[in-house]
Parts: sequence; structure tokens; C-alpha cells
Amino acid sequence: MADAAIAMTGPRGAKPKKALSPRNIMLYGILILVCVYYLLPLYVMVMTSLKGMPEVRLGNIFSPPVEITFEPWVKAWATACTGLNCDGLSRGFWNSVLITVPSVILSIIIASVNGYALINWKFKGSEVFFTILIFGSFIPYQIMLYPIVILLREAGIYGTLGGLVIVHTIFGMPILTLLFRNYFSSIPEELFKAARVDGAGFWGIYFRIMLPMSLPIFVVALILQVTGIWNDFLFGVVFTKPDLYPMTVQLNNIVNSVQGVKEYNVNMAATLLTGLVPLIVYFVSGKLFVRGIAAGAVKG
Amino acid sequence: MGNSIEVKDLTLNFGSVSVLKNMNLDVKEGEFVVLLGPSGCGKSTLLNCLAGLLDITDGQIWIKGKNVTWAEPSERGIGMVFQSYALYPQMTVRGNLSFGLKNAKVPQPEIDKRIARAAEILQIQPLLDRKPAALSGGQRQRVAIGRALVRDVDVFLFDEPLSNLDAKLRSELRVEIKRLHNQLGNTMVYVTHDQIEALTLADRIAVMKGGVIQQLAGPQEIYNRPSNLFVAGFIGSPSMNFLSGKTVDGGKTFVFGDHRIDLAGYDGGAVLERDQAILGVRPEHVTVSSSAPAGPSIPAVVEIDENLGADSLLWLKAGTKDICVRVPVEGRLPAGTKVHLGLDIAKASLFDTKTEQRI
Repeated sequence: MADAAIAMTGPRGAKPKKALSPRNIMLYGILILVCVYYLLPLYVMVMTSLKGMPEVRLGNIFSPPVEITFEPWVKAWATACTGLNCDGLSRGFWNSVLITVPSVILSIIIASVNGYALINWKFKGSEVFFTILIFGSFIPYQIMLYPIVILLREAGIYGTLGGLVIVHTIFGMPILTLLFRNYFSSIPEELFKAARVDGAGFWGIYFRIMLPMSLPIFVVALILQVTGIWNDFLFGVVFTKPDLYPMTVQLNNIVNSVQGVKEYNVNMAATLLTGLVPLIVYFVSGKLFVRGIAAGAVKG
Repeated sequence: MGNSIEVKDLTLNFGSVSVLKNMNLDVKEGEFVVLLGPSGCGKSTLLNCLAGLLDITDGQIWIKGKNVTWAEPSERGIGMVFQSYALYPQMTVRGNLSFGLKNAKVPQPEIDKRIARAAEILQIQPLLDRKPAALSGGQRQRVAIGRALVRDVDVFLFDEPLSNLDAKLRSELRVEIKRLHNQLGNTMVYVTHDQIEALTLADRIAVMKGGVIQQLAGPQEIYNRPSNLFVAGFIGSPSMNFLSGKTVDGGKTFVFGDHRIDLAGYDGGAVLERDQAILGVRPEHVTVSSSAPAGPSIPAVVEIDENLGADSLLWLKAGTKDICVRVPVEGRLPAGTKVHLGLDIAKASLFDTKTEQRI
């Protein structure tokens, strides 16, 4: 009986957890500190971009705006001047879209087929080909700038968006091919063999077997390429003309324009606008990304 | 009946490594041939060559009287079942079964008919609209077999299909594959490293080692008259006992240590006198008696007694030599018991030490 009584009153079930244990205070304290540290610049930028110039001149960068105004945002987007053009970032935005969209699509299509062929349709010299491709990613871009300028000029596409799209596609190739190749190599070879016995060809297997199983890696490639190409400055400034500058170059020109007063609020708004696209892509596709991984986790 | 598969002088090299060497293999129509061997012996490689998934270096492959050496896998009239099932995870069972047929542009009513038939044979009708992830291992392997079945082919190739399953399921599906073979009468080539599967399923077993077929014969023949030391040691569990010695008296007597064993009744070629020979006896062909029999016998001491339920394994020491004997459970003996061993020469095998071939 005594034993039974102890068994009834003794500890039972899940162990209770204290919310305010030293460990938790330590852990969350540090997490909050780090969050504040990283978010502070963003806070300053958002606050400044919502102030009018008189308020900015007061110099109190941490105080929230007394009078909220969206005028700096409108100006940054539509009327800020770079050189002779006074149509703000909008022109750069559309240029960037016209550069990023085809570059991302083209590079992902080519790289995924590359990776698939390199793993499943090994040909004589495929390993050498792959090694050379990877080697390419270790050469600094700057070395190749001038040769590419000459190549594009000879091809008659220097200074066009098309030329820049081709450059982005080529430079995305090594890392993307590596990415897809490694992902496809994790798909059991027997699936590929089974599909061949079932009479599917190169494209049949690619589209009907490989592609549906590879959504996560396509999302990863998408994030990599969109952020990489959207944020690119060097290629944009080297391979295009002022009319066709991407948003990043436009932003630089707005922020660094030497005439007149520095409009910090406009600069902040312009910077936030430029950073918005990769951010949205990340948040939207990040969710997809996690879902994709979970769906593929079950061994087929 | 003609030959369903003919492999002629097949050679396969990976770079400078020779994987299959000048191989010849004929499989009769409706025959169940098992390729058996240890890892790396080339058995799966040979199967992949038959399927057309690997390009061979030299030789020819004929299936159903057609030279398919250069044909695509889908044009060879084969269906293949893989160890890892290899079901397309994004498709339903029905999608998996119909994938090959759609590629071959089979009309839809015909596809439905064939799927219905395969599903009935394999009893997977309730699973047709599920994804592979929602199936158990045994169900997945059934679907994989079904995928070969709907192709309506003459030759089935199995690449270690039961290796990923647990022991109970494995024996169930083994019987089912046997039943399927009896029912369909297709030619089947089956790769495994499991000798139980090989012995139970095969009409003929091809024991392979180092890219060469060591022996190609029926299960009983392979078990009773292994053609060389490798086959003798590979087939049978526990392994055959090998006694090293020599033959004297014009080949009438085998001398092992101090013991003389009469070879009268040996089922093989002329023994002759040999300086070195190896006598192989399976554990169930050794008799144990507590008192010395009339003729010459080998004294031994029981070291370990392993009870297997149906029978028991005695591990004995005869001098320095370990010998394993299979005895009925009633014949179990405690460790330390002194016994005398007799050998059933009619079922033993004698090997030449140098060539390792059966005499």
C-alpha cells in the first residue's frame, strides 16, 4: 500500500519546465540583443525614410518621425535625378526586371539540364568538362571583364540588356550546375534505370521523373539567382549604358549624386525599395522551400 | 523450347578493369535462372548488360532470337525489378504502372486492361490510387513487380528484389515470385547473394565469382556436386567442412592426419594418387557416434552446441581441425563429449588442391 501511495503522489508524466530559468534568461536575452543589433540599421532607415528633410536635419536618427510623410518614397521611385534623367528608380526597376527574369529562367534551365546530363548521361570527358566548369567559378570576375566586353562588342550586343542576360547566365553556370548535379546525384540511380526500361528518353526522364522530384533545389537556385542578379552592380555598370542601368546602379547614382543637398530620406527610401525584391522573393519562396524539403523527406 | 536469352562471349571493361570476362550463358524459354555470388562478382553488372543499361565492350546479347546488343532497354522485351523498388514517388501506383505503357503509346483501354490484370495477380487493387510513400516495403515491391508485369514482356530481370525486406516478408514474397513464375511461365533472371533464394527459386543457378560463371547447374547438382572449391564453400550454411590431406592406394583411400578414410562409393571421376587433395563434406553428411565404429573413424571433441530449433549444429574439434556437424535435436551433445565421426563418402566432394576443381 505504501508503495502504491508513493507511486500515486510521486513525479509523473512530463517534467514541468520553468519559464524564467537562468538558462532561458540567458538564451533569450542574447537572442533579443542580437536581434536588436541587426534590426537597428533597418529601423533607422525606415524611420529616416518617413521623415521630411527639416526633421532629418535635426540629427536625431533614432527618434520616430513626428510627421509621417511618404514623399521621399515617391520621390525616390519617380522623380529623383541621376544625371539628366529625373525619373527616379522606376526606370532602373524595370531594367532590373528585364535583366533578372530572363537571366534567372535561362540559367536555371540550362544548369539543371547540365547537372542532369552530367550525372545520369555520363559521356566520355564528362568529368573533365565538369572540373573545368567548376574551375571557372574560382577565377575572379574582374579578370574576365575586358575580354567579355570585347566578345560582346564583336557579337554586336554590347550595351544591350540581352548581352547582360547572357553574361549573367554564363556566370551563374558553374555554381548552379554544381548545385543541380549534386542534388540529382542524390536521386537513386535505380529510378533512372527504371525509367529507361520503361522507355523514357533523355527529356522524358528529365521532365517526368527528375523535375517533379526536384522542386526544393529549383527554389534554392531561384533564390540564389534572383538575389545574385538583382544585387549585381559590377556587370550592370560595365555591360550596359546609362539608359539601361539596373536598379542598383541607379541607386548608387542617386545616393552619390554630388549636386545639391544630400537628401538622406530619399536615399533611405531608394535603398529600401531596391532591397525589397530579393526580400520578397526570399519570404515567399522560403516557405515553399521548407515545404519542398518536407515533401521529399519520405523515401520513395 | 528454344533459348530465350543467349549471351555470347560477353566482355565488359570499365577502363582497364575487366568486370565480365568472355561470358557465355543460355537461358531456356520459361526458365528461372539465378545469378548468385558474393558482392562484386559481376552478377548485377551482367543483369544491367542484359537490360541494356550498360554498354558492353564486346560480345552479343540475343533475346528471343533477336540480336539486342545495341538496342535500347525499352526495345528488348524485358521488365526489370530493382532492389530499392525504384517507384516514381510523385506518381500514384496506377501512374507507376502506366508510365512505361504511355511511353510506348499503348492505347488507354489496353493500359486499363493490363493494369487491372496485374493488380489482380499481385493483389494490389486497393492500392492503385496511393502514392508509393503510403505503401509498405512489401507492397512497394509488389508494385515494382507489377510494373514489369504490365509491360507484357517475355523476360523478367530481378536485381536483388528482396534484399530490402525483412526476413518474414522476404520468405513470403519469395514464394510469391515462385508462384508468379509458375503462373506466367516467363523467363526470369534473378540476381541475389542469398543462397536460400537461389536454391528455392532457381531452375538453374549460375554461381559467379570475379566476372566468371563458376558453375551453371540445377540447385541439387550445385549443392551435391560443386564444381570447385569456391562453389562448395559458397553454397551451404554453415559451410562445407574441408579436410586437407592426400590420396593413397591408387586413390582408394584419403589420408587426413593420422586417419585413413576409405573412398569407396565416391561419386566423381578417377581419384588417382595425389600428394595433395581436399575432401569436402557437408555438416549433414557427417555422422556422430559415441562409441568407435568398426571401421576407421575420426575422434573428436564437442566444443559448442548450437540449437537451431529444428536441428542442431555441433562444432567439434578433431585434433586441430574444426568440424561442423548438423544433427537432429535429439542428437545434441554437451560440450566436452568425446565422439567419433564418420563421413558419408557418397555425398562428399574431393578437390584437387592446385586447380581447386572437383575430381
